[in-house]
Amino acid sequence: MTMTPMAPRVALFVPCFIDSSFPEIGVATLQLLERLGCIVEYPFNQTCCGQPLANEGDQKNAAACEALFVQNFAGYDYIVGPSASCIHHIRQHLDAIEQTAEVTQVRTHAYELVEFLHDILQIRDFPWASFPHKVALHNSCTSLRSLQPPLASMSEIRGPVFSKPKELLANVPGIEWVELERADECCGFGGLFSIFEEGVSAKMGYDKVDDQRRAGAEYIVSADMSCLMHQKGCAQRLGYGQKYIHIAQILNGDTA
Amino acid sequence: MKPVDQSAAADEFIADVQHERFHDHHLWDLRKGRDQARDHIPEWEMLRQLASDIKAHTLTHLADYLEEFERKATANGVQVHWAQDAQEHNRIVGEIFAARQVKTVIKSKSMLTDECQMRPYLAERGITVIESDLGERIQQLDDDQPPSHIVVPAVHKLRGDVAKLFARTIDSDPNNDDPKVLSEAGRQSLRPHFLAADAGMTGANYLIAETGSFVVCTNEGNADISANLPPLHVASVGIEKLIPRIEDLGVFIRLLSRSALGSPITQYTSHFRAPRDGGEMHIVLVDNGRSARLGMADFWTSLKCIRCGACMNTCPVYRRSGGLSYGSVYPGPIGVILNPAIDLHRYRALPFASTMNGSCTSVCPVKINIHEQIYQWRRIISEKQELPLLRRTALDVAAKVLASPALFRRVIAGVDQISREFPRALIYNPLNAWGLQREIPDAPKATFHQWWAKNRGADHE
Repeated sequence: MTMTPMAPRVALFVPCFIDSSFPEIGVATLQLLERLGCIVEYPFNQTCCGQPLANEGDQKNAAACEALFVQNFAGYDYIVGPSASCIHHIRQHLDAIEQTAEVTQVRTHAYELVEFLHDILQIRDFPWASFPHKVALHNSCTSLRSLQPPLASMSEIRGPVFSKPKELLANVPGIEWVELERADECCGFGGLFSIFEEGVSAKMGYDKVDDQRRAGAEYIVSADMSCLMHQKGCAQRLGYGQKYIHIAQILNGDTA
Repeated sequence: MKPVDQSAAADEFIADVQHERFHDHHLWDLRKGRDQARDHIPEWEMLRQLASDIKAHTLTHLADYLEEFERKATANGVQVHWAQDAQEHNRIVGEIFAARQVKTVIKSKSMLTDECQMRPYLAERGITVIESDLGERIQQLDDDQPPSHIVVPAVHKLRGDVAKLFARTIDSDPNNDDPKVLSEAGRQSLRPHFLAADAGMTGANYLIAETGSFVVCTNEGNADISANLPPLHVASVGIEKLIPRIEDLGVFIRLLSRSALGSPITQYTSHFRAPRDGGEMHIVLVDNGRSARLGMADFWTSLKCIRCGACMNTCPVYRRSGGLSYGSVYPGPIGVILNPAIDLHRYRALPFASTMNGSCTSVCPVKINIHEQIYQWRRIISEKQELPLLRRTALDVAAKVLASPALFRRVIAGVDQISREFPRALIYNPLNAWGLQREIPDAPKATFHQWWAKNRGADHE
């Protein structure tokens, strides 16, 4: 695809845990956005959005982190990151610092990858992609019950059923969906919850990966790698065979 | 008082595989039942909004409606009392009983009297209170254990546990755990208490300002017997239970039992308006911190709660922790946001016993934004320096690293090097909470940052 002057100018936000542990997701996100005609820049001094600190209630400590984020990301048309919880933090909770025009601009221009592809670029076809596997979808709790608008409908609410991740994957050949018994129950990651409430967190994770295994999933796909990091850690410890993959990787043409 | 350690208590609960599994599955079944009941009501989300709006309206005009209620109830021949806190509530109830030489009271389940610690208060004054709700009675017989759920108080017990408990306390067969046999044994042991009681006590689900009447919802009918058999009926009710008109009641009745248990309605929905001939009826209207909470901008909507327990049934943390782990009369998500307002130091751990997944908010029939209030409580706990020292120190360190790109890069490089080069036994040590029951992600060859610097860096560095 050729770039035109009208191409969206995107700042790529690579959340800290993706940068350090799952760089391939950052690369897939970058390549995918470029394939779709975006001009992508990577603000080089980025670290973290501050969510881990703010979620602990620690506004005082979150402030420096948030200020750095704004310094890195101010002025872009779109800030796109492959993680709903980080984007939710930026949009909804980036308030440990003074709310200048710059901060507001950053907060209102941040997009989670799936919603950027689905709502802004409005793309449904990824002709280079193919994924011939039995796949279960994991939607993060943030993407369902905090992000506005949500990425998918949730089982608690009576209303139309929809799923933006599934719409994006609908034209990817080969995917055979398997359904989980408790499709949108939290997996127990919860950020620092996974450390400070280790016992409950691991039990929730074990129950989640059991459900996936019973459903016969070969792969679990999600727009949130943080949940998958936890689930993968649980499945590996239990010796289960299912694998975990970020939606950006499938949409970018990874075949596993 | 020492802060509640929910996490440690939850670990103990999880270690008992059989109980944890039963608890999780049983409560998840209630959640599924709730979903099915909801599916029969096309206007479900509209009903939730209506209920939430009625409560918001009532709470923002609370004083007026309370006065109207008192006026109407008094005109009906009911004696209305006001209690500012738990102590005053207990004193008032104690005085009513003392003046009438009441020695035994049969009580229908009321979370408020548990909140006020009324039973021990009355026991010290020679008044015995017998719980008539089967679940609550089970908890009372089990060395006065508190309820572990606001709707199903003994839900953490297996039938075998109840069979053993009943064999020990009311002389039933320890080897027969048939639920029918057990509930019949419970019923037979309660009957003499019903017949002998000098007074009956209930709570109320709804106070109706327009009529001065109140409504009690139960599935066992025990509230009706408690209220009607003895000549004296005392109802203890929180001031937030008010709704303006009888017309509003249907909205809540439709939501309550569907949200709680998945049934369309409770077996008994009883209206009380006036004492019966020759009898007495008292209502104690209790504040106990409620009007203070009404003044808290981020938390006042928690007063909308109709005590259905749906947030507990759906909460993945509650289901795996057991209600007793919360160390409070109100466990689960609603307890997580109610308790810190009562005692921040004691309940400082509770807002962290949550993944903030938001399922509680989405099932709440009166649309309380529970998970957002949990987030707000965390801020207050942090501001008031109530985070444990170790946690505060860890956050201070993390903040320095995350706010400095150079330091952040060095730390990542260091951690990746450790995970590549250190032997497994050193990495998976007892201090590594992540690694106790989970594998750690493999360190990549290069971080994304390094990849970018190498592949795209020329233009951008």
